[in-house]
Amino acid sequence: MNAIPPLNRPDAAYNFAYLDEATKRMIRRAILKALAIPGHQIPFGAREMPLPYGWGTGGIQVTAAILGPRDVLKVIDQGADDTTNAVSIRRFFARVADVQTTTRTADASIIQTRHRIPERALTEGQVMVFQVPMPEPLFKLEPRLAETRRLHALGDYSLAQVKLYEDIAKQGESGSSYAHPVMVGGRYLMSPSPIPGFDNPKLHNSPAIMLFGAGREKKIYAVPPYTTVESLDFDDHPFKPVRAPQRCTACGSTTSYLDEIIADDQGGRMFVCSDTDHCAENQGI
Amino acid sequence: MTAPLLESSGLHLRFGAVRALDGVAIDIWPGEVVAIVGESGSGKSTLLRVLAGQIDADAGSVLYRDTDGVTQDIPALSEAGRRSLMRSEWGFVHQNARDGLRMGISAGGNIGERLMSAGGRHYGRIRAEAADWMARVEMDPDRIDETPRNFSGGMQQRLQIARCLVTQPRLVFMDEPTGGLDVSVQAKLLDLIRGLVAKLGLAVLFVTHDIAAARLLAHRIVVMRHGRIVEEGLADRVLDDPQHEYTQLLVASVLAA
Amino acid sequence: MYVAVKGGEAAIGAAHGWLAHRRRGDTALAELSPEQIQEQLGLAVDRVMAEGSCHDRALAALAIKQARGDLIEAAFLLRAYRNTLSRFVACEPIDTGAMRVQRRISATYKDLPGGQVLGPTFDYTHRLLDFALAAEGLPPEAPEEAEAADGTMPRVTELLAREGLMSRDKLGTDEAPPDLTREPLPFPTPRPLRLQALARGDEGFLLGLGYSTQRGYGNAHPFVAELRMGEVEVMLAPAELGFAISIGDVTVTECQMVNQFAGSAATPPQFTRGYGLAMGHGERRAMAMALVDRALMAKELGEEATAPAQDAEFVLLHADNVEATGFVEHLKLPHHVDFQSELEKLRSIRARWQAERDAAAPIQEAAE
Repeated sequence: MNAIPPLNRPDAAYNFAYLDEATKRMIRRAILKALAIPGHQIPFGAREMPLPYGWGTGGIQVTAAILGPRDVLKVIDQGADDTTNAVSIRRFFARVADVQTTTRTADASIIQTRHRIPERALTEGQVMVFQVPMPEPLFKLEPRLAETRRLHALGDYSLAQVKLYEDIAKQGESGSSYAHPVMVGGRYLMSPSPIPGFDNPKLHNSPAIMLFGAGREKKIYAVPPYTTVESLDFDDHPFKPVRAPQRCTACGSTTSYLDEIIADDQGGRMFVCSDTDHCAENQGI
Repeated sequence: MTAPLLESSGLHLRFGAVRALDGVAIDIWPGEVVAIVGESGSGKSTLLRVLAGQIDADAGSVLYRDTDGVTQDIPALSEAGRRSLMRSEWGFVHQNARDGLRMGISAGGNIGERLMSAGGRHYGRIRAEAADWMARVEMDPDRIDETPRNFSGGMQQRLQIARCLVTQPRLVFMDEPTGGLDVSVQAKLLDLIRGLVAKLGLAVLFVTHDIAAARLLAHRIVVMRHGRIVEEGLADRVLDDPQHEYTQLLVASVLAA
Repeated sequence: MYVAVKGGEAAIGAAHGWLAHRRRGDTALAELSPEQIQEQLGLAVDRVMAEGSCHDRALAALAIKQARGDLIEAAFLLRAYRNTLSRFVACEPIDTGAMRVQRRISATYKDLPGGQVLGPTFDYTHRLLDFALAAEGLPPEAPEEAEAADGTMPRVTELLAREGLMSRDKLGTDEAPPDLTREPLPFPTPRPLRLQALARGDEGFLLGLGYSTQRGYGNAHPFVAELRMGEVEVMLAPAELGFAISIGDVTVTECQMVNQFAGSAATPPQFTRGYGLAMGHGERRAMAMALVDRALMAKELGEEATAPAQDAEFVLLHADNVEATGFVEHLKLPHHVDFQSELEKLRSIRARWQAERDAAAPIQEAAE
């Protein structure tokens, strides 16, 4: 019979940040290539992780590959540090890498995120790691990867522009409210991951490094610091970032992205910041 | 104009044992309408696709002189180069509208796509131009937001032509553009094409098995059989005084009909 | 004053405690051991090994126990573990021709060298619930053993190939085949990677696709040339030795499915084969895989490829149940940020729609 490894301390059997060093090097090569070709999707040999595909394995692998012992890690999901998946991923790294974690955007050197970019302006030296479910910005228009690869190579994005034309013709405005595609460095059309359109402008000329990891689809892409990132639009129908027009019930912000909370079953609702750290900072907590 | 727009020579292409092209040479001059006629299997559609850079011949050359006067070697051109030509200086009208239109996209989107791929980013102008082109191909511009599925076969072909011509190409390839349509619809469509071509000074290379269509549209006719050109000349001369016996048969069968 | 819900950490801890409790079930009953699972739920173990891409019955049994019998979850556990193992050497190709056969049947010949060996099979059992199994009883009598068949069991496809009626697979090279677990799938996908993806694909998905090729979605006329299951030796050639040594036996199931091919200008009409291989005893998997493998050859053979099973991107990118379950189940994660954007978008579009209607209404009335 095959021996079953000792079960009392499973974590001790794993390398720092879980992945072995050869795998980290492979991922770092993909990241460097991605930074060199902004917005272009680089295939990489994504590994099975102990968390399910679709739950952030791409982001986790990117984070694991760049994480060093002196890093300070922040993990958010829906803008919040205390949502269950953020907690689970932060626990994972605390367990396999023993790094310092924080909820403060200002203090973090690496911020792994799902669906949001923090409200506080990012600074040079900070790295955002996005969890990406579908890296291909054209997948709803053309599901075949062999074909979308060709379209990217040829820089042929009229399909996406036509979709936008159709949306405006039918309903007067763009149909996508999140994961709205962006042109990076004037060359590659890129999915910003499912962040709300509200966050798209934060990608433009950001001093921080933006890394995107898609585990299941096995792609990595990146936006280097100070790179142009323009949301797809028309000159006479410019892209409009949208937020609920209310103010935050907790901190009073009228500029941050808000979650809508159903307060009762009488139609009562309130609005609070999705970025919990930002909200706390506003409240002086 | 002193030089041909498109020059080709020595084209050979085999599919297994079949010689689809067997030493074909053909030139097209600016503003000229050339019909390639022949039975199915004569190699005429293959020739069209080779000249348009959609398939490669086994041997032979295809040269295109672009707006800047630069000679483009079509077989040697990258896919990006070919697609860029096809989006700007060239147009292709397919026999089946399904191959030339996006069936799930509105008429306006279909026409506008070429403007957008040429860099158009002003919604209002794209839409106005699409509506204008619908009028020019005698479609109702009020139907700009309807998808091609709502249109009849003849209207779909008009839409395809509008989509092609909106970026003002210099050379348009047409593969049986009136094939599969009712005779009365065919006649109207041919009339429309003739009017547009004359007005815009387009060069057109079109393939047809319909001698009547060739007579109506073409300045020059090329007759193909078994992958070879058996006769070519001015349309009236070829149709009224065919030299080759195969051409005589073709012309006779249309007269009989 | 609104206070955001906190306590994700505590909730996760409590939920997992509850899960462990549920896993154990009624403590008045004896706990199930991985050994029992391995022995008595052997086909579940084999499926988890196949989909977990790891031939280790003990670990697969443990995974099944940990996953409370959820076989996809178990395959996931096994894959995540396998991924941490270092890969230091590749074994020689296994020789299924030299298999110590427990079961071997051919549907294309009544009899053939080596004979038909029915082996341990559900085939020809009557599917009547056996209530005797509900009561613990004496073990079943040991099966009668026949004389071991001597001589070889040549593969049926080889018999056909000798006559020139069957295409031969191209001989392998010494080059190590690409490894699906290390590299992302390229498209078009070379056959070694296609087979790897199918071999670890979800059995239900493969079954449905294979079935669809029989029902006209893909032009298949399949025959089971041969289905065999048994033990094969795994050989390893360490560089320092220079020759191969045996490191043990594994049980595999192999299916060779024969299909007609009309021929082309370059190739005479002949049979082609679809190939299926499963770790452990997995006949349904091996057969379905063989059907899908053949369907995926359509393009190479110049056949019309219109059915889902013939579309390599569709099949290979959706066959992996660990990927599929992750992405389907991720919909359980909070999406309220995106949903908020959708809400605002819908409100805006509805407002425009209403405004246009209101503006149009008086005109309509005037027209009436």
